[in-house]
Amino acid sequence: MWRRHRVLIGATLVGLAAIGVLPMASPSIVTLLALILAKGVVVLGIIVLLQAGQVSFGHAMFFAAGAYAVAFYGRYVGVGDMLLYLVFGAVAGGVLGLIVGLFVVRYREIFFGMLNLAFSMVLWSLLEKMFHYTNGADGIRVARPALVGLTFTPDQFSYVLLYLSFAIAVAALFAVQRYLESPLGSMLRAIKSNETRLEYLGISARRVLLVGYVTSAVLAGLGGSLVAVIQQIATPEFAYWTKSGEFVFIAILGGTGHALGAFAGAAVFEFVRFYASAQLADAWQMILGFVLIAIILLAPAGLIGIVRRRSAGERSAA
Amino acid sequence: MTKVVLSARGLVIRFGGVVAADGVDLDVQAGEHLAIIGPNGAGKTTFLNIATGYLKPQAGSVEFLGQDITAHSPRAITRLGIARAFQIPQLFLEHTVIESLLIAAASRNGRLATLRSLEDLPEREEMMQLLELVGARDAAEHKAVVLPEGRRKLVDIAMALALKPKLVLMDEPTSGVASAEKFAIMDVLVAALNAQAVTSVFVEHDMDVVQRYADRVAVWSSGKIQTVGTPREVLADPAVISQVIGI
Repeated sequence: MWRRHRVLIGATLVGLAAIGVLPMASPSIVTLLALILAKGVVVLGIIVLLQAGQVSFGHAMFFAAGAYAVAFYGRYVGVGDMLLYLVFGAVAGGVLGLIVGLFVVRYREIFFGMLNLAFSMVLWSLLEKMFHYTNGADGIRVARPALVGLTFTPDQFSYVLLYLSFAIAVAALFAVQRYLESPLGSMLRAIKSNETRLEYLGISARRVLLVGYVTSAVLAGLGGSLVAVIQQIATPEFAYWTKSGEFVFIAILGGTGHALGAFAGAAVFEFVRFYASAQLADAWQMILGFVLIAIILLAPAGLIGIVRRRSAGERSAA
Repeated sequence: MTKVVLSARGLVIRFGGVVAADGVDLDVQAGEHLAIIGPNGAGKTTFLNIATGYLKPQAGSVEFLGQDITAHSPRAITRLGIARAFQIPQLFLEHTVIESLLIAAASRNGRLATLRSLEDLPEREEMMQLLELVGARDAAEHKAVVLPEGRRKLVDIAMALALKPKLVLMDEPTSGVASAEKFAIMDVLVAALNAQAVTSVFVEHDMDVVQRYADRVAVWSSGKIQTVGTPREVLADPAVISQVIGI
């Protein structure tokens, strides 16, 4: 257990140190860190699908499903509990993922990617147009919930969200790693390399992919419900295709070879956006663009690939 | 009376103007190793494709242990107990050899809902023994992508055997293998099949291999089974010699 998971345990300790120390240097960073962790959870789902060689350009729909599950609850039922919100977000993502998944797992590659995009844009336009229920482009505000009955001041609550996001991120990280090492997770990679053989072993590639798809939708829904609470709002932008693109961007930036890539990518992405947009209001996207070009040209396995290459090099040198 | 495992009746399949099968009848008996020989393009591989559900014949039927499997998918047929090895090895290139075999074993035993690591499945030792049996144990931890063609072939066959099939269909098991190693590999393979009481059908071009390892030989030519018999009878037949062996 220790040997197999030493990378994840090490990363957890580094993360723990980061969320403990960084807010001391600058309290304004607390919300940013929570956002990084929440987005990392969504990107974990993208990485699951990438194991099968499939890129979804529509995963923002599950992110939005999680966020709107929280927003609708607050609007029609009343302010709920944070844990309830997380369960709702995950379930909303999972149910929508199952429905959409039953269609899209029949397709591969560009058709898979574009079909996902199409479904997500249907959701986006529904959220925009059904003004009576959704407030259209203005979105729905999300009031600060309690956590297992405890209420907090806004300041306290930002720390609560950070620690909660961290706990969820660690749980999701270990669960995804476990899944990817299990027989079903290994079969996802077999879809990428040889689907014919998989069928000739008596395995339904579609079912294998559907499990991966629903898993990734649950993660996106969970991340979406977290972000809605962190940002205190859910808007149709959450489902827009640029949001889906952002998740894929972060996955490639971080590296798809390891689940940790999701969080490495999310950290770099959000820090660059945060500081670059403060310094160069109109140029932050350009800076992110240059970062991605540099990654693809110099380190195609992403940030996590750089770390792996170095540690492999040290091991062979030792 | 011997039991018939696989039975094809009146198979017809055409690809445009090419008739690959034109009323083919063929029985495979329990426990035998049946070789199918014939000129290139005669339709031998097509027969394997029909028997595993990859292609549907335009007429005729295939029965496996008395059940009509003509309309079944490759997946359903595999689950009934027919495994296939390919002429061009079909491997999971990014997995190690042992992982690939464990995926097959997980499928066979329905271990899909477990969160246990693939590497820790109880079938691991059995799969290592299977690799030992086909002489590829040393390749267990290698990724399939780095293996030379001959080893890939063995791993491909091992993946079929990992399913513990009742019948295995092999497409030129010794093509791509150095000729000096052919007999050694077939010795191992046939011993492995006999040890597990697996019936086999193999398409083969090498007459020395056929002579040595087949219990019966079927000659497939011009979309028909021209003759079926023991290797001694069939390979001495002047018509077979001129049509297939080409002397």
